[in-house]
Amino acid sequence: MSQTSLATAGSVAPVKGKRPVTRSFWRNVLRRLLQDRFTMVCFGVLMLIILAAIFAPLIAPHDPYRTSMARRLIAPGDARYWLGTDELGRDLLSRLIYGGRLSLFTGFTPVLLATLIGGALGIIAGYVGGAVNMLIMRVIDVFYAFPSVLLAVAISGVLGAGIGNTILSLTLVFIPPVARVAESVATQMRAQDFVEAARATGAANWRIVTAHVVPNVTGPILSYASSLISVSIVLASGLSFLGLGITPPEPEWGLMLNTLRQAIYVAPLNAVIPGAMIFITSMCFNLMSDGLRSAMDVKQ
Amino acid sequence: MLVYVLRRMLYTVPIAIGVSLVCFALIHLAPGDPLSSIIPEGASPETVAQIRTAYGFDRPLPVQYLKWLGHVVTGDFGTSIMTRRPVLSEVLPAIANTLTLAAAAVIFGFLLGCIFGVVSGYVAGTPTDRAVTAVSITGVSIPHYWLGMVLIVIFAVNLNLLPATGMGEGGSGSFGFGWDSLQYLILPALTLSVIPAGIIARSVRGTVAEVRKQDYMQTLYAKGLPGRRVFVHVVKNALPAVLAVMGLQLAQLLGGSILVETVFSWPGTGFLLNNAIFTRDLPMLQGTILVLAMFFVLINLLVDILQTAVDPRIKRA
Repeated sequence: MSQTSLATAGSVAPVKGKRPVTRSFWRNVLRRLLQDRFTMVCFGVLMLIILAAIFAPLIAPHDPYRTSMARRLIAPGDARYWLGTDELGRDLLSRLIYGGRLSLFTGFTPVLLATLIGGALGIIAGYVGGAVNMLIMRVIDVFYAFPSVLLAVAISGVLGAGIGNTILSLTLVFIPPVARVAESVATQMRAQDFVEAARATGAANWRIVTAHVVPNVTGPILSYASSLISVSIVLASGLSFLGLGITPPEPEWGLMLNTLRQAIYVAPLNAVIPGAMIFITSMCFNLMSDGLRSAMDVKQ
Repeated sequence: MLVYVLRRMLYTVPIAIGVSLVCFALIHLAPGDPLSSIIPEGASPETVAQIRTAYGFDRPLPVQYLKWLGHVVTGDFGTSIMTRRPVLSEVLPAIANTLTLAAAAVIFGFLLGCIFGVVSGYVAGTPTDRAVTAVSITGVSIPHYWLGMVLIVIFAVNLNLLPATGMGEGGSGSFGFGWDSLQYLILPALTLSVIPAGIIARSVRGTVAEVRKQDYMQTLYAKGLPGRRVFVHVVKNALPAVLAVMGLQLAQLLGGSILVETVFSWPGTGFLLNNAIFTRDLPMLQGTILVLAMFFVLINLLVDILQTAVDPRIKRA
């Protein structure tokens, strides 16, 4: 997916005054991000969700596990239960706040793991080349030959539900694309003059990789990985929605959507609320990823 | 060109073998004995050994794989543990249903994506462009299983315009082109089309904007070519890149339909897969995944060939 930065294109402020040219690339990126108001709004919303999840016990108005047959499916807008209750009478708002913990964790961890593992595999394949490249990339190709949702569902389905299996299956899904990005950049690096020069001066492979290859591969990988977070959050919650992820009674947005689905005719508003949380989170991550890509696009 | 096509086809063989290996390995990844759902409780060790031999599970893994592959190549995907019917006879009608759904979603998604993409690519940088871009990012970010539920609430529960789930009274057997059948297709297809529409809109927008920045566009306008003739040139130059994205999205739809089929109880492969998972019907699971993955490999092959055909600049010797 070679997508150019779209959302924030044009909204990046022009560089004012004279700035030292020696300023590092990442500091420039950060400065551009801070000036991008749209991205900052998304960042704010995400921080709100993340902080609410971290401090859930302090914020949540009710116990997210306490059920009550008498209070089932109270409509949103209630004085005591602001967002209503679920099919077992548990407070929806509290469950959404607590749910952020698992939803964000199962969404974020696979991307982190896949970035590290896929990045390392790609760098090794690209830098070493030859038979090693062949071996690594052909195995990656095989996993790439599965539609991502199918692969995630298949692995989770076979291994069974649970946080660990969800993270494992999503990590396996994300390693191939990350490795491909890393491999293509690392292969280009290998042929660069400064890498040749380093080799000519007798630098060890390890030194060349850490000093030249990794810093150059980091940008493209980070930019790509940031776009995976929103996919991962939607997929992780999707697995729970299918009953393949988090197991009841834990609060998790996808699982809440799954159990509330039976109430869709009785209490449609309650049933769709957890999905809105997944949507908002995924949207914010997507817009932030776009902002990051704009900020990293030096040509702008 | 022919050489490229042959090479590309040859290259598909190891991929297909790898895919079959992964599908085979899936069963052995499963915790517990894959036969545990067949072996009756309290069976004597002799009976267990007998069942193991009957299913070939006593052989070494490479032998098991080759035997399994031999069966698969001849169209024998094993027998479903739950229904006791051949896996293929269950998978094929389900695949047909999934393809029906995917085809409808492709039409919706590609059309919407192209229109949005071309419009915003033509007016890149303007507020219209940003609005269209916002819509397409929404499409990419939205959890489609949730969108399905929202659409059901709006169109089935509140407005009572369209049926919420299923394929109609006759099921897939009597599904046709009449309104009776098509009304069941609208909501799931719309739901499934949102992600490809968003992704295609973004990539079309980027490609069109890029093409319009080229010098030859200036030349075309300067020599007085009317806008619609220039548009033909834009399309010609943007097509290869867009085709690649479309092909990938078409293929991803096959997998993405799993969640949407569950929401709408659409009797396709996703539905089948879900059932197989929860009844631990491993042969069924394996067969469905294998068939879907092979479709995916095939579509990728076709897209690659098609892309080379429309863009002679791509010389992949």
